[in-house]
Formats: sequence, C-alpha cells, structure tokens
Amino acid sequence: MSGMGGAGGGWTGAVRRRVVRALPPEKLLPDTQPAYMASWIYVFGVLTVAALIVVLLTGGVLALKGPAWWHVSGAGKYVNGLHLWSVELFMFFMVIHLWGKFFMAAWRGRRALTWVTGAVCFFTSIGAAFTGYLVQQNFDSQWIAGQAKDGLNSVGIGAFFNVLDFGQMLMWHIVLLPLVLGLLAIWHILLVRWRGIVPPIDAATIDPADATTREAAR
Amino acid sequence: MSRRPRKTAVPDPAAFPTRSYDLVKEFTIALVVVVLLTVGLAAVFSSPDVKPVTLASWSRADGADFTATAVSELGGTSGTAGYGPPYNHTPGAAQKLGPVGLQSAAGVRIPVDTTNDFVLRPLRDAPEPPAVTAALATWAAAPAARQQAWTRAYSDALAKAGRGAPAKGDYGPVPVLASRLLGLARSGALDGELQAEGRFYQTDYTRPLLFLSDGSYLESLARAEHLGGDQWGMMNETGNFPGQAWLWLYTFWYQIDPFKSSGNADALIWGLMALLSLCLMLAPFIPGVRSVPRWTRVHRLIWRTYYRDQAMERDRRVSGR
Repeated sequence: MSGMGGAGGGWTGAVRRRVVRALPPEKLLPDTQPAYMASWIYVFGVLTVAALIVVLLTGGVLALKGPAWWHVSGAGKYVNGLHLWSVELFMFFMVIHLWGKFFMAAWRGRRALTWVTGAVCFFTSIGAAFTGYLVQQNFDSQWIAGQAKDGLNSVGIGAFFNVLDFGQMLMWHIVLLPLVLGLLAIWHILLVRWRGIVPPIDAATIDPADATTREAAR
Repeated sequence: MSRRPRKTAVPDPAAFPTRSYDLVKEFTIALVVVVLLTVGLAAVFSSPDVKPVTLASWSRADGADFTATAVSELGGTSGTAGYGPPYNHTPGAAQKLGPVGLQSAAGVRIPVDTTNDFVLRPLRDAPEPPAVTAALATWAAAPAARQQAWTRAYSDALAKAGRGAPAKGDYGPVPVLASRLLGLARSGALDGELQAEGRFYQTDYTRPLLFLSDGSYLESLARAEHLGGDQWGMMNETGNFPGQAWLWLYTFWYQIDPFKSSGNADALIWGLMALLSLCLMLAPFIPGVRSVPRWTRVHRLIWRTYYRDQAMERDRRVSGR
C-alpha cells in the first residue's frame, strides 16, 4: 500500500501526486498573501467570479421556467432583470480586472497562460452575452440578429453559426458557452493559485550579488 | 551610485513578506455585494422587453412597405435575394477581406429562394381564391424576363404612388399575388406559413427575420430606438439600458471611414477585430505591447504602498551608511 506521498497507485496515484504537488491545500486555499497585494484592483477578480455565479444562478432559474416565461410573468420579468444586471456587473468587473492585470503586466513570471485563459474567458463572455441578447424573443433580439448576421456572414461564420436560428442560439447560450466559460474560469483561477500573485514590476530585480534588496535579504 | 534594477526573472511570491488574507471571507463579501447590487438594479431598472415585430403587425401598420417588400422578394430584387452566401449564389455579392473571400468559401448552407419561400409557397399552401390560382398559373407560365418586367414595373409604380394606389399598367399577376400575400400577413397566417414550413415544432426564424429585415418598417422602429448602424447599432438596447457596452470598439469602426463607406465593411471590421483580439490575447509575447505597462507606470499607482516602502527602506540604508 502506498501513502499520499509514496509511489504507486497507478495512473490515479500519479495524477493525485502531481495535483497535490502543484497545488497543495495551503497553496490552493491560502490564509496569507504577499504583502504587496494591497490595492483595490485585486478586488475586481473576486467580484468577477461572484458576478459569474449570480449570472449562472439567475440564468438557471430562467432555464428552469423556459425562455418565454419572463414575458408573461412578473416574477419572470424580475428574474430576467436579475440576469441582465448581473451580466452587466460581471462584464464591468471583468473589464476592470482585465485592464488592471494588463497594467500590472500580470503575465510575468511564467504567467502567460493565466493571461491567455483570462483573455479567452473575456471573449467567451462576449459570445455568451451576445447569444443571450439574441434569445430574448423581443424586438432587441430581432434587430440585433438582423444586424449581426452581416458581420458573421461576411467572414463565413454565419453559414455555421446562424444568429437568426433561435434554437441554435439558445443552445449556445445555455449549454455550450456557459460550459466553456465555466471550465476556462476554473482553469484560470487554478493557474492564479498555482503561480501565485504576480510581484510588482521590478521587484527584487537588482543583481543577486547585491544583497541589499529587501527581497534578496529575505 | 545606486545600481539600476536589471530585468531579471520575476521572483517567487513566496519570497516576499506576507500578511493575513482571508480569501473565503473576501469571496463571501464580494458575493453579498454583487447580489445586493443585482437585486437593487433589477428592482429599480428592470429589463427592456419591447414586443417583437410580426409579419402581421408590420403589414397592418405599414401595408405599403410590406407590399413593396413582397414584390421585391417575388422579383428577386430584395436585399436577401441578392445577398449571396450563405443564402444564395448571387455573383459578386459576397464580401472580401483583401483577396480572401471567406463568405464565398463557406458556401450556401442556408439556402433561401425569396420568390418561392417568401411569396409563392405561402400563397400555394394557403386556401386559394380562384383569382389567386389563376395568377399563380400565369406567373408560372411566364418566362423569367417577363416575370421580372412585371415586378419591376409594379415596384416602380408602388414607389411613385407612395401610400396611395399605384397607376394602372401592365403588371401581370403581380398585384393579385401581392394583395393576397398582404391579406395572409394581416390575418396572421403568413407568420405561421413562413416559420412552420409544414412542420409542427420549429425554432428557426431565419426566413421570417430575413423577410422583416428586407422592409424598411423594422429599421424605422430601430432608428427610433437609437439602434441604427450609424447610431452605434447593436451595442445599444431599446430604452435607456446600457446594452452591450463592451462591443464599443467593434461598433466604433462602423462609424468612421474607410469602413463605413466600404462595400466590404463587415469583413474588414471582423478582420481588424480578430487581429486586435489576437493581440490582446498574445500581449505577453508581443514586443512593445508587453512593455506598455512599464512605460505607462500605472503599476506605480497599483503598488504604491510597496514602492513607497521600498523607497523608504532605500533612504534608510543610505542615511545609515
């Protein structure tokens, strides 16, 4: 029998050891952070995650009752309002988070994949929100679909992704894009935990021979 | 002389002093804040829900526009009839991105024949008065050139007449067909005819939406709601709601030359946005772009506490020598 730290256990044991080595509990859910992590900009990452959860929950209620419910029910209209405003907040928080990370050059220190997954999350979110506007079943949907088809058709995408097909757009909106966004968001967060919070630009970058820097001294 | 920092490897965060940080508490507070904001915004502002336009509501509100559009669908001169891929094979209609014709390459995958799909088939599928049966037979028997001459002449007459009755002329069976289609639309039957196409379950609104988009009624309503292409178009929403504000850059290009006057505007803007999106995604690898944060020095503001502490410690060391 092999323990957590020992070899063996086949593929399962190998995967477990690798996961625990990359993300031990104290790294996955730490109760301390580097002291330089002291700015309001850091709040927008967690606000984005919180807003995404509200988006998924309110969208789940709408899915439970069907796409036409909110047009004929006061409660449905309110839930649709919750969904709409949580999306607006989600996108607002995410854009600030994105630009904050850009100006921090947060891809430094082997964090490029974290940046790339975050950027793809942003693009996927735009697609998810866009398909949401298409499946409202009201005048906005009609007009947005009519306008958007020209852009998509002009580069050949419209032949496969038909914004005038309500059924296809509904499936993209409530199944495919949330699934992709959810998985990307989890991957992104795990990468953040794995690599840690990026240090300030030029922190501890003095020649290692010079032991006077604060970082080198520690 | 102080030594200038050198661009070396980014240090491990674990090498820095730490402080207590309760991630779960932070997330819980964030969730509560977002829930409260959402509940409040939804209660105060709700969400827009302007009723959709149907073929019935269009034909009742603006019969002249509906008839003119129906005649253009019958004669194959509407926007959809000459659209090109993915709806039909109209020569030269597809947009290009420089020498690359992605629209043509994708092919005709959603075939739409406006003459049959929008006019003749709905007329045949509905109970036919004798005059309509005769008109359909006359239309079917006529050569294509004759059919086009009829629809062209009737379109011109409708345009001259405005909302009044068109002048008498040789329009063949076109007035009878157009009048019957208007009647079907006003009764609500055409909405079902165009959407169901003989099936019971249907979720594809491609044909009715294309028909609606070919008329000017839908656009006039959209312009009144500040949704026109030159009014920052689809990033807006009916009423005073924020809409898809994150599409501002995509919509921006449609407002300026050379895009707004180009016949390939959509393809050019999609190409440009694809390039810009790729640049954003690959920013860490693009020389110049990846240095912008260092040049702009916004990071000095974000980490001002850290840099201030660093400066104080440096000063302390200097004064201690």
